[in-house]
Amino acid sequence: MKNFGAKSALVAAAMAGSMTATALPAIAQDEGPIKVGILHSLSGTMAISETTLKDVMLMLVEQQNEEGGLLGRELEPVVVDIASDWPLAAEKARELLTVEDVDVVFGCWTSVCRKSVLPVFEELNGLLFYPVQYEGEESQRNVFYTGASPNQQAIPAVDYLMEEEGVERWVLAGTDYVYPQTTNKILEQYLMDNGVASEDIMINYTPFGHSDWQTIVSDIEAFGSAGKKTAVVSTINGDANVPFYRELANQGIEASDIPVVAFSVGEEELSGFDTEPLVGHLAAWNYFMSVDTPENEEFIAAWHEFIGSDDRVTNDPMEAHYIGFNLWAAAVEEAGTTDPDAIIETIVGLEVPNLTGGMAEMLPNHHITKPVLIGEIQDDGQFFVVSETDDLVPGDAWSDYLPESAMLDADWTEPVMCGNYNTETETCGGSSASAE
Amino acid sequence: MFRAPFAFRLLAAALCLLAGVFAPIAVSAQDNTSQIRELIAAMPDASLRELEEIVSSLAATGNTDVVPVLEALGEGDLYFNEETGDVVIVTRNRMYDPVTEEEIAPVGETDLSRIRVNNGLRRDIDATIGGMTLMADDPQTRISAARTMGASPDEENIPLLDEALAAETDPAVRTAMENARAVTILGMPDATLEQKRQAVPIVSRTSGGAAIVTLRSALNEDTPEELRADIESAIAGLEQERAFWQAAQNVWFGLSLGSVLLLAAIGLAITFGVMGVINMAHGEMVMLGAYTTYVVQETIRQNSPELFDYSLAIALPLAFLVTALIGVAIERGIIRWLYGRALETLLATWGLSLILQQTVRSIFGPTNRQVGNPSWMSGSFDFYGLSITYSRMWIVVFAIVVFAALLVVLNRTSLGLQMRAVTQNRRMASAMGIRTPFVDAMTFGLGSGIAGLAGVALSQIDNVSPNLGQGYIIDSFMVVVFGGVGNLWGTLVGALTLGIANKFLEPYAGAVLGKILILVFIILFIQRRPRGLFALKGRAVDA
Repeated sequence: MKNFGAKSALVAAAMAGSMTATALPAIAQDEGPIKVGILHSLSGTMAISETTLKDVMLMLVEQQNEEGGLLGRELEPVVVDIASDWPLAAEKARELLTVEDVDVVFGCWTSVCRKSVLPVFEELNGLLFYPVQYEGEESQRNVFYTGASPNQQAIPAVDYLMEEEGVERWVLAGTDYVYPQTTNKILEQYLMDNGVASEDIMINYTPFGHSDWQTIVSDIEAFGSAGKKTAVVSTINGDANVPFYRELANQGIEASDIPVVAFSVGEEELSGFDTEPLVGHLAAWNYFMSVDTPENEEFIAAWHEFIGSDDRVTNDPMEAHYIGFNLWAAAVEEAGTTDPDAIIETIVGLEVPNLTGGMAEMLPNHHITKPVLIGEIQDDGQFFVVSETDDLVPGDAWSDYLPESAMLDADWTEPVMCGNYNTETETCGGSSASAE
Repeated sequence: MFRAPFAFRLLAAALCLLAGVFAPIAVSAQDNTSQIRELIAAMPDASLRELEEIVSSLAATGNTDVVPVLEALGEGDLYFNEETGDVVIVTRNRMYDPVTEEEIAPVGETDLSRIRVNNGLRRDIDATIGGMTLMADDPQTRISAARTMGASPDEENIPLLDEALAAETDPAVRTAMENARAVTILGMPDATLEQKRQAVPIVSRTSGGAAIVTLRSALNEDTPEELRADIESAIAGLEQERAFWQAAQNVWFGLSLGSVLLLAAIGLAITFGVMGVINMAHGEMVMLGAYTTYVVQETIRQNSPELFDYSLAIALPLAFLVTALIGVAIERGIIRWLYGRALETLLATWGLSLILQQTVRSIFGPTNRQVGNPSWMSGSFDFYGLSITYSRMWIVVFAIVVFAALLVVLNRTSLGLQMRAVTQNRRMASAMGIRTPFVDAMTFGLGSGIAGLAGVALSQIDNVSPNLGQGYIIDSFMVVVFGGVGNLWGTLVGALTLGIANKFLEPYAGAVLGKILILVFIILFIQRRPRGLFALKGRAVDA
């Protein structure tokens, strides 16, 4: 109520200002600072990953302000804590869009967070930039997915293992929730399409925060001693990784016997432990801190200065925020306004440099183009890039390897304007499998 | 140092002739140092594929001087100077020449970059070194060389192995060599039937867990009948053995999970079981214990790294003190005002647990902290068919010691006597002159201190993060309730039962369903026996 009063007072003042055309300070809707909402967990389980993303957003906003802001206006960050609580995330998103009146929101880590704030952004026509690799099978008009979709991370990683390491037997190990389940479904189909027999695939799910890996690791060892080269594709999330890798090391499973390729383990996760026994295990990302480009060097230097410590690492979701923020800034400059509808129209097709020395382009399906890098863990907690895709890989919203989504396409430009366009029936609304 | 095998000298001589194409002067096997140096000098600029070629060229020189440089490359100890391009081996902050292994004094500020390798190259290097170190002086080196040969069988190794076996006297090395030879023969298409039949029993005796795989991969359509019968009976025998050891392994895993549960729950068995306080902040005491370990290790790392192996021994008393003091403060500050009001205690301690988590998060940051394993807690050993990891084994031992010590404190000390007196009949105890508030604080401090000890142990197998405690609080309550409130032996039996049941369910039901089944089982069990496995009898029940 108080806010509403304040706003109408502003509007009244603005109207008065424009009518009398005096030198009153500019306070109308399109004046004053541009507000950038930051919607991350700063406490609770996910704080471990998301606090860093909040910091990197603050840094990007600060940098932009040093360069004079956008459209001649200052940027103002608005930070809220969603406390790893997903209903609260929806409330906080609503608060950002209605009470704080932010122009854009950067946030969320988990898929369940994204799913719970989605209806809010749709209803209030906000903009959300989502920076984390995810399971795909989604495209929404108000959301921009700057992390990897499965075809930009999981599929190239499996290709690498098949071609370079000659892997024939696969363990798909994951935490029991939507991202690993969907990714593993896609991978299983992909492996079968490539002639892997179903008895050569073992799928294993564990609860969040699983800490006793003895049985599973010895199962993996047994599965891997069947005479064929075996690899583990890990979608194990967050905290469960440390005990998992420790158990691997303790039971003497080395990367040269059974390599583990992980999609959720980056520099930040590795900074929690001694990586000496893990050397040679792999991770697939679109960015590694060790990539040697001038852009990356500059970014790391700026990050170290901002955070006040040379020990802090950078990781893939941070790069995704960097790209997302620059894409949004470029769209604002191009459109000359922060109006969401104008941004959604302008941003498609824009290109900004990524940190690994290429250009990231916003595609009509609201995903971006990314290079895919496969890195081996080194004993200093960094990754050594052993493989890199030749070209940028465009993000695919709907997986081509799942029968229920192969015919779906997302295109938020005229004339399609649809997040789940069925190319067979040529209608918007997707197949029966899609929930959106 | 090395007795260079004849085959190598021959091979090297042949290669040196080839090398003559790009090295103007052909050098003898003993004197190809300059060629080796040239190859090493090409390493910094080489791509991974070129590195593979360099490694095989180095091996082809037949000169055992290249072993250290290959080892260093495989282990990531090989660096190059970014300005001059000089390649050096770096271990423990000292630089060595890659060929002569002489120490090089660092000249001013040098910018060193590592020469990086990947898994495939590491495997190549291991196989190469294996071939070159089969005749080394150190038996351990010979064993690992033989093992590498067994892991990547190659018929060209057979003459080398024969030569080495003829000279070998050490029984352990002989076993490893015989195994490598038998494995290789089984996989050779042109070995005679007799050779192969002789190899079968050797493989099944010496290959350990890999025997079944090796034998099975030796079977194909063309396998002669007699050999097939041999192999199949060997496999059947091995599988029977394996089923037995698998069950034993499950019991061990269960014991080890049980001991973790016991450690986490035993402090709660005091505060909840003996005092009746529902302490939701118990998990945070465990977490604080783990952070104490972290602080101790950090201090040691910075001041006296040589003490690192003792870090846990130093952390134990400190963790106990820190958490016990916090426990006493909690009891004096909050819980004593809430005795007899279970709901308020629950809510207050829950709130407290959130405060403690966020405090730790603000001080140490939200990310995991690195707590290392001392050397005596890393790795594993084989005990017949079991593979036992040291960290788990020590935790089982530690849990038993803590449990025994606690029993002694409760049953043999005057503080223990007073604790039992106060919990059984507070007013009577007070009338006998026992300072009940003091005993309450001590009891709560003891329970918290033990949680801190558990934290030191858990820091070895779990993440040290602010969320550490949350993962254990539910399990701990489950154990205490299942075992019977107020009974330490119940906690012991409860923890071990749940651990073993969990591990036997996991292979069949999966980790997620296994946990659910255990929970359902406990709910049903509590329906039948509301007071748990070992119910307290007598007047104490009604107090």
